[in-house]
Amino acid sequence: MVKGSLTMDQQVVSPETTTTRSVVEDPKITSGDVSVFYGAKQALFDVNLDIPRYAVTSLIGPSGCGKSTYLRCINRMNDTIPIARVTGEIKIDDQDIYDPDLDVVELRARVGMVFQKPNPFPKSIFENVAYGPRIHGLAKGKTDLEELVTTSLERAGLWDEVKDRINEPGTGLSGGQQQRLCIARAIATKPDIILMDEPCSALDPIATAKVEELMMELREKYTIVIVTHSMAQAQRVSQKTAFFHIGYMVEYGDTKQIFEDPQDKRTQDYIFGRFG
Amino acid sequence: MTDISQAQPSITHDWSSSTARRRVRRRYGADRRLQLYGLAAIGTAMALLGILFTSLIYAGYAAFTTTKVELGVFLDPEKIDKDNIRAANFRKIVRDAFFSYFPEVQNRTEKRNLSKILSSGADYIVRDYVVRNPDKIGELVKISVPVSDPFDQLYKGIIPREIDALSYDRIALYRQLESRGVLSVVDGVGVAKTTLFVDPAQVPEEGGVEAADFQRMIDEGFRSFFLAEPSRSFYEILSRNAAETLRNKVVADPSLVGKTIEINLPLSSNYDNLLQKGEAKIRNPRFRSDKEFAWFDSLIQRGLISTPFTWELFFNADSRFPELAGLAGALSGSFLALLVCFLLSFPIGIATATYLEEFAPKNRITDLIEVNINNLAAVPSVVFGLLGLALFLNTFGMPRSAPLVGGMVLALMTLPTIIVATRAALKSVPPSIREAALGVGASKHQVMLHHVLPLAMPGILTGTIIGLAQALGETAPLLLIGMNAFIPSVDNVGLTQPAMALPTQIFSWADSPERGFVSRTSAAILVLLGFLVLMNLLAVYLRRRFEKKW
Ligand SMILES: Nc1ncnc2c1ncn2[C@@H]1O[C@H](COP(=O)(O)OP(=O)(O)OP(=O)(O)O)[C@@H](O)[C@H]1O
Ligand SMILES: [Mg+2]
Repeated sequence: MVKGSLTMDQQVVSPETTTTRSVVEDPKITSGDVSVFYGAKQALFDVNLDIPRYAVTSLIGPSGCGKSTYLRCINRMNDTIPIARVTGEIKIDDQDIYDPDLDVVELRARVGMVFQKPNPFPKSIFENVAYGPRIHGLAKGKTDLEELVTTSLERAGLWDEVKDRINEPGTGLSGGQQQRLCIARAIATKPDIILMDEPCSALDPIATAKVEELMMELREKYTIVIVTHSMAQAQRVSQKTAFFHIGYMVEYGDTKQIFEDPQDKRTQDYIFGRFG
Repeated sequence: MTDISQAQPSITHDWSSSTARRRVRRRYGADRRLQLYGLAAIGTAMALLGILFTSLIYAGYAAFTTTKVELGVFLDPEKIDKDNIRAANFRKIVRDAFFSYFPEVQNRTEKRNLSKILSSGADYIVRDYVVRNPDKIGELVKISVPVSDPFDQLYKGIIPREIDALSYDRIALYRQLESRGVLSVVDGVGVAKTTLFVDPAQVPEEGGVEAADFQRMIDEGFRSFFLAEPSRSFYEILSRNAAETLRNKVVADPSLVGKTIEINLPLSSNYDNLLQKGEAKIRNPRFRSDKEFAWFDSLIQRGLISTPFTWELFFNADSRFPELAGLAGALSGSFLALLVCFLLSFPIGIATATYLEEFAPKNRITDLIEVNINNLAAVPSVVFGLLGLALFLNTFGMPRSAPLVGGMVLALMTLPTIIVATRAALKSVPPSIREAALGVGASKHQVMLHHVLPLAMPGILTGTIIGLAQALGETAPLLLIGMNAFIPSVDNVGLTQPAMALPTQIFSWADSPERGFVSRTSAAILVLLGFLVLMNLLAVYLRRRFEKKW
């Protein structure tokens, strides 16, 4: 055969097969047959995934396989794309988040999100963190708000670096600091889930290490879902890993198992670097 | 499959080949040419702009000063009734004060000529002064009043005392004679040596030589100089006395009848001047007599003439007399119209743009609306004027010439500019900011109000100010709704009061025949341009001020 092995493999392994090797007890987030369409194009096919609480779950897979798409289903960010349509069921703490009665704004406050590129508001560091609590009325009074901002920045590991310039623009920070500022902003609304879409892809190794350290700390209080292209990162920070492949969630299990003993041919190829 | 070893296509391009070199050279050439075109275009634009400004300033600077004469006016309590100041005959009071400078002028005609030095508005200036300071009645006050337009122009050196008496083609005729060498000065009189036939046919039987038509003979003889000249314009080259000179000669020597003689005929005064002094001048017809110059010169000598800055240009209303005409009415009219325009177009424009950009579903109807808005920006302004005339004035019966209607019409014009600018500004806000705001749970309108609009504000303001600047200079729609009314007072300023606007004021001044309105027009244009520059600077400032990096 002259062509690459991809076609062959797909012929051998049916795309619909999903290998889930560990049952998650008392999951924080459950998804049942989640499919996403961008116009006529289907980007996600019947994804079933249970994400445990107080743990870091990594989503890995080749580019364009639908990791971000899935992540954005969890806080309904896909709603903001006019052509996007989501079917299936996602529950957080047994509550259907696509229930028409559910308030999306509140959901997004409860499910914080950190984006690939640091995107602080062009406002002061304080305002960046205070904005969420303020619009949701999470703090009573000025001192309360100041305390909330301080603890959020502390928890994001940024406080010591910015405490002297809390009123300077957030955009004046370094990339790594900005990303931690975004994390502080996300946790300031007191969420219980934090979604991170390739949070370290724009950062250098030192900043990456800091953010990873932070994730491991935050794990104790939050449920964290992270999309990453770095398998080393997934192994370092996450307890569970899900492998996506052209719209399908192919394999899901404990991180250790996925990386050391992948069952699916596609997972093996990806993890051992045979394609992608 | 082809044999690979045979046709071995080189995989690296030969960058040193002559064709490759030529391509590089051509690329550099094209780069340079493009740069040159750009420089040439900028150079041309700057040069034209320079010419425009130079000519405007050259023509307009004179209007920024007014020639004034200081009067010592005795505010006679007998002539001015404290309780009814306006009823007093200020015309007489001002004239008497002015005539006191020239006690020797008694003749009525001369007095009338003398009073022409003062502006016709001098009475009102003194009257307004007394109305403002009624306690001065009974005192001798010094008041500077403008001189009339010709003297204002004269003092500023815009018009001369004397102008050329002869037109260009008259001088060409003179040069023709000169080149033939027939002109000379004899006994202090310029003469033209003319050869003519003393025609017996022109001598009547009755009356003899004395009654002969010598003028006819001269015409015949003189015409030989200008055979190619069809016009009879050359007759006035010679003095009216030329025929007399010829008659005297022939009467003295009747034997000349029937002979061709050569005779020196005197030139008329203009040509005589041209021959003897090198130029022919006459008094500028805008002045009635040389005495006026003498009077004016004596005023200058006595230090009574001054040229203070023309605050009247900004504080006076319009006037038929250029030395009194000001822009106060136009400025207030333009200001009110722009205010209405801003208050209408800014919120409506932003609301429309925001809705279209952020909230409207993308479908046929919104596409249609979008196309229409973009086309609206290209509609000639006169059409908006017609719309305003038909809709606001005729259908709704709103007042004519009112800044309210002007502002509404201008708002129609400005709206598309603001909408397009706002949409561009909204589009340029990075999506990451919206995502960030949505991510912390901001609702759609919170994202708009707290993040997107503030970030888009510099762009929106720039667009708005540029739209308003356009509106400020717009003439046609305002003419159509009658905002070019002649309003010689600024007592009644209001949204529904008849008013002028800056461009329509310029338009009507440019249309006025008085010489003084030429510089007034240029000055008004400079004022308008000054406001435009200020508005654009404001736009730049606001952009710098509100621009935030992300
Ligand atoms: N807004 C959109 N409109 C249309 N198609 C989209 C949109 N966003 C994503 N897609 C498509 O959906 C598929 C999945 O995209 P997604 O962004 O989820 O991939 P990803 O796994 O996050 O890739 P990457 O690792 O490169 O970020 C892709 O084929 C992409 O082209
Ligand atoms: Mg992605």
